[in-house]
Amino acid sequence: MSKMHVTATVNGDEVEFLADPRETLLDCLRDHLDLTGSKEGCGTGDCGACSVMLNGRLVPSCLVLGVETDGATIETIEGMAPEGALHPLQRKFIEHAALQCGFCTPGFLVAAKALLEKNPDPSESEIRYWLAGNLCRCTGYDKIVRAVQDAAAEMRGAA
Amino acid sequence: MAKDEITKDFKWIGTTPDRPDGLDKVTGRARYGADFNLPNMLYAAVVRSPHAHAKILKIDASKALALKGVKAVVTRADLPTGLTGEDLYLQENTLAGEKALYDGHAVAAVAATSQLLANDAARLIEVEYEVLPHVTDVDKAMAKDAPVILPDCADHTVPEGMGPNVARMIEFGRGDLEAGYAEADVVHEQSYTTEATHQGYIEPHAAVGQMGSDGKGEMWVCTQGQWFIRKMCSAVLGTDPAQLRVTPSEIGGGFGGKTTIFMEPLPLALSRKAGGRPVKLVMSRSDVLRATGPTASASMDVKMGMKKDGTITAAEVTFRMQGGPFPGASPVGEALSCAFACYDIPNLMHVGYEVLANRPKCAAYRAPGSPMAAYAVESMVDELCRELSLDPIDVRLKNGVKEGSRASYGPKFKTIGLAETLEAAKAHPNYAVKLGPNQGRGVASGFWFNHGGETSVSLAISEDGTAQVSVGTPDIGGSRASIALMTAETLGIPYENVRVNIVETGALGVNEPTHGSRATFASGKAMWEAANQAIKEMCKRAAQKWDIDPEAVTWKDGAAHPAGDNAGQFEPMSIKEIAAEMGKTGGPISGHHESTPSGAGPSFGTHVVDVEVDPETGRVTVLRYLVTQDAGRAIHPQYVEGQYQGGAAQGIGWALNEGYIYGEDGKLQNSVFLDYRVPVASDLPMIDTVIVEVPNPGHPFGVRGVGETGITPPLPAIANAIHAATGARLRALPMNPPAVLAAIKAMA
Repeated sequence: MSKMHVTATVNGDEVEFLADPRETLLDCLRDHLDLTGSKEGCGTGDCGACSVMLNGRLVPSCLVLGVETDGATIETIEGMAPEGALHPLQRKFIEHAALQCGFCTPGFLVAAKALLEKNPDPSESEIRYWLAGNLCRCTGYDKIVRAVQDAAAEMRGAA
Repeated sequence: MAKDEITKDFKWIGTTPDRPDGLDKVTGRARYGADFNLPNMLYAAVVRSPHAHAKILKIDASKALALKGVKAVVTRADLPTGLTGEDLYLQENTLAGEKALYDGHAVAAVAATSQLLANDAARLIEVEYEVLPHVTDVDKAMAKDAPVILPDCADHTVPEGMGPNVARMIEFGRGDLEAGYAEADVVHEQSYTTEATHQGYIEPHAAVGQMGSDGKGEMWVCTQGQWFIRKMCSAVLGTDPAQLRVTPSEIGGGFGGKTTIFMEPLPLALSRKAGGRPVKLVMSRSDVLRATGPTASASMDVKMGMKKDGTITAAEVTFRMQGGPFPGASPVGEALSCAFACYDIPNLMHVGYEVLANRPKCAAYRAPGSPMAAYAVESMVDELCRELSLDPIDVRLKNGVKEGSRASYGPKFKTIGLAETLEAAKAHPNYAVKLGPNQGRGVASGFWFNHGGETSVSLAISEDGTAQVSVGTPDIGGSRASIALMTAETLGIPYENVRVNIVETGALGVNEPTHGSRATFASGKAMWEAANQAIKEMCKRAAQKWDIDPEAVTWKDGAAHPAGDNAGQFEPMSIKEIAAEMGKTGGPISGHHESTPSGAGPSFGTHVVDVEVDPETGRVTVLRYLVTQDAGRAIHPQYVEGQYQGGAAQGIGWALNEGYIYGEDGKLQNSVFLDYRVPVASDLPMIDTVIVEVPNPGHPFGVRGVGETGITPPLPAIANAIHAATGARLRALPMNPPAVLAAIKAMA
């Protein structure tokens, strides 16, 4: 199958790649752009480890075809701390020990950031339901929810 | 309270600094199994059996090999013959031989220049099967007329006349059961079943392997144990373990499932056949669920006698557990040993059957065998407590094991903390919360042995007085942080001045995997020995400089000091000063330790759960959850809590929702996360924890492993809570809404 040329903006930079029409956006990020921070846990949109922002919308990148993203703006975990200063969520995840193996962490951070941009003061339930598309098998979610609550409080204070 | 003979005066231990690998993991930089690539690399795909049990008549790869860019195909014919025992079963599981033994069993593998091409090629490999009768249910697999999975699988323990799939029988006990039951006021007998569940690590198995025609190879792989990978891959491929260098990646969860091999020999075998080009193989989620380590399914009978005052007088269990199609994989032995480990019961009997079935080869899953055993026994204890109107915590305190008790499985317990976890549960505010309609509270305790295991650690002092520690136990939940804290404590230097590296197989002697809750215990203990060697050497260097006897130097707060006034008057010499001069004073300073440490103290825990059951749908909501567990000593308390919470969440999933579903055709019906549904954030409440610390005398800082016990009590605790809420006793897992609703309706 012939490949298609795709131009997109990823984490603020213009990128180009050749995508086989069967390749997902996740494949393209990982294999063509060497952005391996987004993870494949299922390939069926159930685990959220591949969460990215596509044109401002939270998506599992395993359910988007790479060739669909021509002209799109994409943000991945690698773009979350562009100047080296961590996003409050990243800091709070470390402080609260909200990760054990860390494999699901990029997806949780991208999804939690999307939540706080939409709702700066989410309740515990709102956090739990928003993050229900992200599976974590290590933590039981307790420390993840607390880290998001704490980051939200800090961001509200800073605003 | 706890006996505490070991000092509590710590500078670093018990603090909660940022984990050393935190920054890499929140920025996406940490490299997991599938994140590794090499120049000139090929990509692999695997052909798997669509049948639960089938003779393989023919494999034709000619169409696949005709595709441009396909570089190698391997089948069982490419692997050496003549293996026996577990090596043979590992090889048989890597690639099927004469028969495919379960749905998803690997039959062939192909390597090509792209993943898409490899996938296409795999579809072109034609396999001709003769489908055979199959069996996936443990009780049906026990039957005399069950399909034969492996001929003559029974070992010497199996009595004449059992079915063809009974591979082993275990029997042990003590006392006089009949006399015990005669003393009891109530004797109950019940049967329970649990379905197989999967560890459900979010990272699928992934490896890059390279092997030349000279048998020298390298591998980068997500694993709990790089030396196990080395040994097992070498056995399967007929190569020399020392010639294979295995580097562990970051690991995206394991829970026991990454202590063994499934597809790992395949990239090496393909590479060997493709002229030594490196080959990458990443499993899909469906492959993970169909063909990697679930735990056993179990069918269990329990009988127990209790006096009116709560004294348990006698008890017995018969457990039947299938572990897939090979002997040795079912955790029935561990399950029997765990069954009554929390109780001091004079009259006991344990009988277990290891059964083969057409299901994937079981791997360890967090306290293997213990959760099923607890489900049966702790449910039974609750049944008796209810009948006699006794408090479940009081009954456990009355019968609970303590220091000096003879364990149900043999040895005498040293210092243990079961009673302390029960007291902590009783004192916790959760135990006093008033419950509303359709709500119920359940209690259960749990146990895991914990493990020492072969361990090799190396510690080196850097030129600036900082330290690096090389350990062989992959960091699965924060062990780099705990080992760095213990190193800082031992050497008397800041936590930030320690770097802990998880190293490849060429760097240390053999290490067992991160399993048996052993990493912080065993690698920590070995680090302590290694650090003390380095300290001894640093004291010697100071003594040389001061021209006094090395015995007259002590180590304190990161510096050498004269031991007393008689030793002479010298300013302390810091680790930084000693390290700066080490090249001139005798060379590099380091310490090593190799051993198989004993003294891994068991960890007991008690859980209290409140649930609400919707009487119209049978849906169970977990309202609040409490874990109390003995950590011995919590080195980094946040990560200890994390183990408790994570174990509880997996146990809740097992209790309420997870389970392998096989169709009549023997095929796994729920091999994606949508259908094999693990708990999500909105399914769970906050999980409260109490870290009980009854120091383990077998560890310099009192550490007990904390990883496994926490998955054990949730299964029965939730069953007991559902009973309290509804009056219905569920004796089969999972207790999903249809099952709970049916149980409620059956009472009416």
